[in-house]
Amino acid sequence: MIPTSFEYLRAKNLKDALKAIGKNTKVIAGGHSLLPLLRFRLAQPDTLVDIGQLQELKGIKQAGGGMKIGAATTYRELLESRELGTLYPLIAEVTEHIGDLQVRNAGTIGGGLAHADPAADMPPVMLVLDATFLLQSKGGKRSVAARKFFKGPFTTAMKPNELLTEIQLPAPPKGAGMAYASFEQAASGYALAGAAALIAIAKGMITRAELAFTGLADTPFLAPAAAKLVGTSGDELISQVAAAAVAGVEANDDIHAGPEYRTHLATVAARRALTQALERAR
Amino acid sequence: MATLFGSGIKRREDPRLITGKATYTDDVKLPGLLYAAVLRSTYAHAKLRKVDVAKAKKAPGVVAVYTGADVKDKLDTVPCAWNVPNCDLKVPPHPPLAVEKVRYVGDGLAMVVAESRAAARDALDLIDVDYDALDAVVDPEKATQKGAPELHKEVPGNVAFTWKVAGGDVAKAFAEAPVTVEQRIVQNRLLPTAMEPRAACASYNPGTGQLTCWVTSQNPHIHRFLLSVMTKLPEHRIRVIAPEVGGGFGSKIPGYPDEALVSFASMELGRPVKWTEDRSENYKVTIHGRDHVEYVALCGTKDGKITGLRTKVYAGLGGYASTAAPGIPTILHGLMYSGPYTIPNIEGTIYGVYTTTTPVDAYRGAGRPEATFLLERMIDLYARKVGLDPVEVRRMNLIPKEKFPYTVATGLTYDSGNYQGALDKALQMFDYKKFRAEQAKGRKEGRYLGVGVTTYCEICGLGPSQVAGAVGFGGGLYDSAIVRVYPTGVVRAYIGAKPHGQGEETTFAQIVGDEFGIPVENVEVVAGDTEATPQGWGTYGSRTTAACGSAVKVAAQRVKDKAKKIAAHLLEANEADLEWKDGKFAVKGSPDRGKTFGELALMANVAWNMPPGVEPGLEATAFFDPSNFVYPFGTHICTVEVDVETGEVKILRYIAVDDCGPQINPMIVDGQVHGGVIQGLGEALQEMAVYDEDGQLLTGTMMDYAVPKASQMPKVETAHTVTPSPVNPLGVKGVGETGTIASVPTLVNAVCDALAPLGISHIDKPLTPARVWAAIQHARGGAK
Ligand SMILES: Cc1cc2nc3c(=O)[nH]c(=O)nc-3n(C[C@H](O)[C@H](O)[C@H](O)COP(=O)(O)OP(=O)(O)OC[C@H]3O[C@@H](n4cnc5c(N)ncnc54)[C@H](O)[C@@H]3O)c2cc1C
Repeated sequence: MIPTSFEYLRAKNLKDALKAIGKNTKVIAGGHSLLPLLRFRLAQPDTLVDIGQLQELKGIKQAGGGMKIGAATTYRELLESRELGTLYPLIAEVTEHIGDLQVRNAGTIGGGLAHADPAADMPPVMLVLDATFLLQSKGGKRSVAARKFFKGPFTTAMKPNELLTEIQLPAPPKGAGMAYASFEQAASGYALAGAAALIAIAKGMITRAELAFTGLADTPFLAPAAAKLVGTSGDELISQVAAAAVAGVEANDDIHAGPEYRTHLATVAARRALTQALERAR
Repeated sequence: MATLFGSGIKRREDPRLITGKATYTDDVKLPGLLYAAVLRSTYAHAKLRKVDVAKAKKAPGVVAVYTGADVKDKLDTVPCAWNVPNCDLKVPPHPPLAVEKVRYVGDGLAMVVAESRAAARDALDLIDVDYDALDAVVDPEKATQKGAPELHKEVPGNVAFTWKVAGGDVAKAFAEAPVTVEQRIVQNRLLPTAMEPRAACASYNPGTGQLTCWVTSQNPHIHRFLLSVMTKLPEHRIRVIAPEVGGGFGSKIPGYPDEALVSFASMELGRPVKWTEDRSENYKVTIHGRDHVEYVALCGTKDGKITGLRTKVYAGLGGYASTAAPGIPTILHGLMYSGPYTIPNIEGTIYGVYTTTTPVDAYRGAGRPEATFLLERMIDLYARKVGLDPVEVRRMNLIPKEKFPYTVATGLTYDSGNYQGALDKALQMFDYKKFRAEQAKGRKEGRYLGVGVTTYCEICGLGPSQVAGAVGFGGGLYDSAIVRVYPTGVVRAYIGAKPHGQGEETTFAQIVGDEFGIPVENVEVVAGDTEATPQGWGTYGSRTTAACGSAVKVAAQRVKDKAKKIAAHLLEANEADLEWKDGKFAVKGSPDRGKTFGELALMANVAWNMPPGVEPGLEATAFFDPSNFVYPFGTHICTVEVDVETGEVKILRYIAVDDCGPQINPMIVDGQVHGGVIQGLGEALQEMAVYDEDGQLLTGTMMDYAVPKASQMPKVETAHTVTPSPVNPLGVKGVGETGTIASVPTLVNAVCDALAPLGISHIDKPLTPARVWAAIQHARGGAK
């Protein structure tokens, strides 16, 4: 497995990196998703711009009740951050399940999100938390909501000359519980189907409910059906909402799971995630 | 002195393996080394119109490019070496690089030789291939049907052989039996996935006319022979070295085109040439395992006595007949249909079938897992139908321990056994009654618990050479050892087999150390170099300890006999008056008058004072040919809980009781059982090579082919009974494959037992959640 030949450029700083990227370049952070693409020659860039070491893209900071995570922060660094674990326990929980130790040591949250694998575990978490992604190019910055970021399999709202530099998480709603449930494909560890849920309650009534899926369709997506839980106490409705959330979705079909089974798993995952999120909110 | 035999000392090979200090074939670096890459067919079945290498030849760093046309007159075709008799075996030519046609995705088309690995790989993209696509056929049963595309003009209907096994009167048995069960069973195709992929590095010396070839080989002497056939170089000018080999599971037995191609290139270019496959190439080109479609029927009485077994099996061979392929679904499969039971009437018909897929050959267990699986599966179906407990049905049909050696209906004579003993031991470890009670209770609560119990035996320790000849195996099945004692009393054993993970470097040192009363550290075991080791037949078929270990034992005994002569001479005593005690030969009754092994080693090697007529030196060679195969056996038990909502199977407990005779190193035995069981559970739960209808391998990477991970697998509880084999001086039986053989039906039977309340009697493995869920839906009358 040998990639086509390319130039390798280790960016000295963010500006340097932004200048270097564009047509026929690829940025590399941890390399865990990119290297297979290069080795299979599915990606054949002329230049590889390494941003993995850029301090400007690393770190986890508190910001206005929420948090900001540098795109090149590794999964391991996420797991080591006590603040993040306290404010968004769901992120830590999901991160634990991504790959193995080596993957978490080198893989970055930004790389995973930019790669936009339709079965990755982190995107639905970003959707329910309503994260915002900061994109930068030589020409400037813009913010894109996570909910508008994932466009299709391995396709995002980013332009070739843009970098994902920061993940911004709003303060979690008061009284919120979060959960993630998924069924792993035995070989890859990616989700056959997974669901992330966030439920906030006040005085026993649900004030906010978010539900997002991964693995089910060609891109992770937020399920509007979750809104039906708002204003209720949840319980009996959860199964109905889980089923409604996947209704009409064109489910993926591969050798590991047909659409019918996948849809079924997604329903189960949704029910489990919603139930657990509700328990945690209480 | 405590005996080394039976002591669970640590494996001496591990430190270098774990710390990355081992030397594999790909680590071989030679001056002037060139690198080869092979262009592989992207079509499963096609006529070749053209393979244009002109551009590739001009690419930077490229030294040579060879196509099928270039090599066809210089290299012989890839031989098949197991010519099973009486089955009308048809082995069409297997060109090392395709000439007219490609017959699977991965079939070689051209080889580029270049100054660097990257240059070789880059040049592959410059080769222009024109195919005339033909229809593919990947299912061995469908390949025999009318109108199926034919792979070889020499093989109409794609049937390579029709082999039969028969004993007793099956027609009568089925006609008379009150109870019959039938089942179609698919033995999923598997990818052996040795941690180290295959590699070959050839260095031809134009001055001496000698070829040295480093190969990832389980059997360097066989590779030397096959290379001689293909390159037409005489055998004595070929040296095959199998350095560290990172697992094989059967996939490094066969001769492949690749080692012959690099040898050819080195002979042409006068420079060493190396080729190493990557994982994707490994999955496409290195042999696969299993791939049967089976129709099985079993009959018996209403009270649980099995009276007959009948099979019809379509065994996929892939595009060409690999080295040992014809023997796997026949000799190593059909002859084992009686398992550990007294089944009086047996009949099997096996069709070996060419399909447009990667060649299929021996994979851990090789034929016996399929036999054990179908038998154990059928017994559970039968027990359910007659309403008896599956354990009781097994017990009732086991060969009684007084009956050994026992000849089964297929004609094999089992060496020794105590099947009831192993079953009893397993049931001591597992409270079967209690589990059945929990299961009954669970069912009322909507929980689906199940248990599978397998009593098995298997054939290994291959085997007597005379039988090898009789069944068409193109070689002997004895094995060999030279035990050489150095002047300082340290010892080396040069062995004909080639361990590649099994730990014989340690266990054989234990045998020798024990024999000579010297520390195990004073013994080294050397394998894998045809220049250093005597003719042997390799490591597979759980034969290494039974066959080669026995040769080590015999050679060591010969050395000791000679040492005794020298001791008698030096002590001026009669040989008959000497005894071996505490590491020395001493005069009986006066232990102070003795000579240690070290002293004798020195005296033999300096030869200052040898007994008359005795040659100097202290070494011996032994070729050990066993008088029979060995038949290890045991009982495995597995309990599971199935989540009927999602189809997920959770293993609650796994118990393996195996009998491989006396154990040289119990820790290594347990390691073999653990690995074997996990490999079998992989087959039972999640591993399957999948082709689409066009013959494209859909499980071409580890992202899709689910080799078991530690986190997915249960703890394996092991125990043993000890029933020595009479057919070798160590009394040992093989244990390299028992786990793989026993675990597959154990798991599947447990799951089918759990789902019995839903009316589910069989699900084809692997029991992925998707398949289990689909079976549940089907049983509940829902969607497919
Ligand atoms: C063995 C293994 C198991 C895995 N298991 C799981 C799993 O269970 N669940 C799961 O969700 N994922 C899993 N993954 C995927 C893993 O999460 C991603 O590979 C990893 O997060 C990618 O991050 P990286 O830093 O390595 O990205 P890279 O591989 O360096 O880059 C990935 C892609 O993103 C682009 N990119 C990287 N950083 C940026 C940036 N800041 N801005 C713009 N583009 C960027 C690159 O150009 C490339 O296209 C697994 C991966 C492996 C290798």
